[in-house]
Amino acid sequence: MNKKQKKMLIRILAAAALMVGLSFLPVEGGLRFLLYLIPYFIIGYDILRKAFKGIKNRQPFDESLLMSIATIGAIAIAVCDDGDYTEAIAVMLFYQIGEWFQSYAVGKSRRNISELMDIRPDYANIEINGKLEQVDPDEVEVGSVILVQPGEKVPIDGIILEGSSTLNTSALTGESLPREAGPGDEIISGCINMTGVLKIRTTREFGESTVSKILDLVENASSRKSKSEDFITKFARVYTPAVVYCAIALGVLPPLVRMIGMGLSPDWGTWIYRALTFLVISCPCALVISIPLSFFAGIGGASKEGVLVKGSNYLESLSQTKYLVFDKTGTLTQGVFEVNGVHHAALEEEKLLEYAALAESASSHPISKSLQKAYGKGIDRSRVWDIREISGEGVTAVVDGVPVAAGNEKLMKRLGVESVPCHHTGTIIHMAVDEKYAGHIVISDIVKPHSKEAVAALKRAGVEEIVMLTGDDHRVAESVGASLDIDRIYAELLPGDKVEKVEELLGEKKGKGKVAFVGDGINDAPVLSRADIGIAMGAMGSDAAIEAADVVLMDDDPLKIAKAIKISRKCLKIVYENIWFAIGIKIICLFLGAVGIANMWLAIFADVGVMILAVLNAIRALFVKKL
Amino acid sequence: MKKTYKIDVDCANCANKMEDAAKKTAGVKNAVVNFMTLKMQVEFEEGHEPKAVMQEVLKNCKKVEDDCEIFL
Repeated sequence: MNKKQKKMLIRILAAAALMVGLSFLPVEGGLRFLLYLIPYFIIGYDILRKAFKGIKNRQPFDESLLMSIATIGAIAIAVCDDGDYTEAIAVMLFYQIGEWFQSYAVGKSRRNISELMDIRPDYANIEINGKLEQVDPDEVEVGSVILVQPGEKVPIDGIILEGSSTLNTSALTGESLPREAGPGDEIISGCINMTGVLKIRTTREFGESTVSKILDLVENASSRKSKSEDFITKFARVYTPAVVYCAIALGVLPPLVRMIGMGLSPDWGTWIYRALTFLVISCPCALVISIPLSFFAGIGGASKEGVLVKGSNYLESLSQTKYLVFDKTGTLTQGVFEVNGVHHAALEEEKLLEYAALAESASSHPISKSLQKAYGKGIDRSRVWDIREISGEGVTAVVDGVPVAAGNEKLMKRLGVESVPCHHTGTIIHMAVDEKYAGHIVISDIVKPHSKEAVAALKRAGVEEIVMLTGDDHRVAESVGASLDIDRIYAELLPGDKVEKVEELLGEKKGKGKVAFVGDGINDAPVLSRADIGIAMGAMGSDAAIEAADVVLMDDDPLKIAKAIKISRKCLKIVYENIWFAIGIKIICLFLGAVGIANMWLAIFADVGVMILAVLNAIRALFVKKL
Repeated sequence: MKKTYKIDVDCANCANKMEDAAKKTAGVKNAVVNFMTLKMQVEFEEGHEPKAVMQEVLKNCKKVEDDCEIFL
């Protein structure tokens, strides 16, 4: 509670106590009126002042005016029939309780969310003349050497010079498994160093570092307002004056009609009371506060899970995703080649891999890297002689005195060795050892472990069509597509074709459905910005992707996409619940008030009660862990 | 040019009113008030001195909502 809230709480308690106390005092008439004015002014003086200032500045229509008219009116009626003053005070009292609660809840969730995003490092350690000094990370120049001790946050992006450690990246990615890092590894700011001391050479300024970018992005997210928020702002602008005029009409017209048209007594008291009830119900605060709060909580909850949403509007679009387009490499597959199998081997598989790895040992191509990785042992270059690379075909070499050839069918043909074609998809490396065919090794870009699950989860989450775009050939694309249950596949696309395909889908879609594009942030910025929603994944440290995308997944697990959609759905569901609930209850109460069934107490519920319920409901958007 | 200012205001509707008032101030191209983060982002028109413009913005905001504050 801050100072303002404490003061308000004291006022609320004092007014309530006085009001209850006075009801036991046996006083009558004018004195009673004066005594009741004390709690009324204690609780309501600022509202009255605000209403007065509003009129003075020609901005009269707001809640303060509504509350002032309603309570002053109720007091006037009570004076006339020496009736019940408590109603007027109670209206003011509950209004203030509502305001107090709202400010408390908003403050609380504001703090909660900023704690979630508490990744801002406060200082960087620099060694000056052999002594460690703490400096403002803003002042550290690119290329400086900083020291990060166990338990500290890495303040600036850089490369590890010395030391190895375990890093906790959960604040950035939502991933709870710690990550190992050693000399030469890139390290991004925002990670927490858990075990060893690290010496880091910075590669960026603080302002350009990952942690600053993320904070900037999340803090500005709720400034991009969604359609629902715009709707509420416009609604409130029309609604309040409309209700005030209705109330005036309700207070004046029926009595006049009764008096002049029907010859009955005008019954002013009843109708003015109804008009005042109207005013109390009319306050739009439940809507005005709960909708932005829901979005704010939703965005906060998502960022806790490693899903950064750049604005409320994108959260809204994300919830309407009907078409999801994947750029295969790096999203559904790892984008790293791996040995997938060894077939028709004439030798032991391991031996064959060993020959292949040794023969390819001079090359730095990803394929030869993957062979070396599959072999798993150190390469002893002294065992290899006479390596010859034949461009577009493969290599020949002499390993341990045995001639070895590794390459495609063309190479085998040239060597006069008959090769066995492979029915698997991927890159095939045929091997000839001692001038005889020795089998082939299949290398392919492997599918991520969660891809299949992710596609299924997306369909369950209501995505109607999942499309895969890739530059790879048809066979590879179709085998990946079939294994993952993807609805539509477009293969052999150039980067420009991907934009075209997304545009095609944009033209094809019906109604409100949105087209989302998921890329790994490499070379796909144009597509990311062309789609309704661009989702970049595995984007830690990639500026271009963070710039171009609307939603950024901090790690590269495709399951997070389904999670992001579920979070957005939950948030939007809460938003609509609140819109319908608040407007619905208000309309019902307005109707009941007009026909005289609702009294001031129900009106207070329609105002304050609805607001409290809507705020509590909005805070639910923060809890997304179990989605 | 865009600048962000910290603000203090009590209710969401008041924040909307501040946004309106800021937008109408001369020299302001666009303004967005974010109630949840209590920040006001102002985009200034070319050739206007942000400091002078912000004084006006503050004055106009006080007019519509006297309980507000902009930390300049």
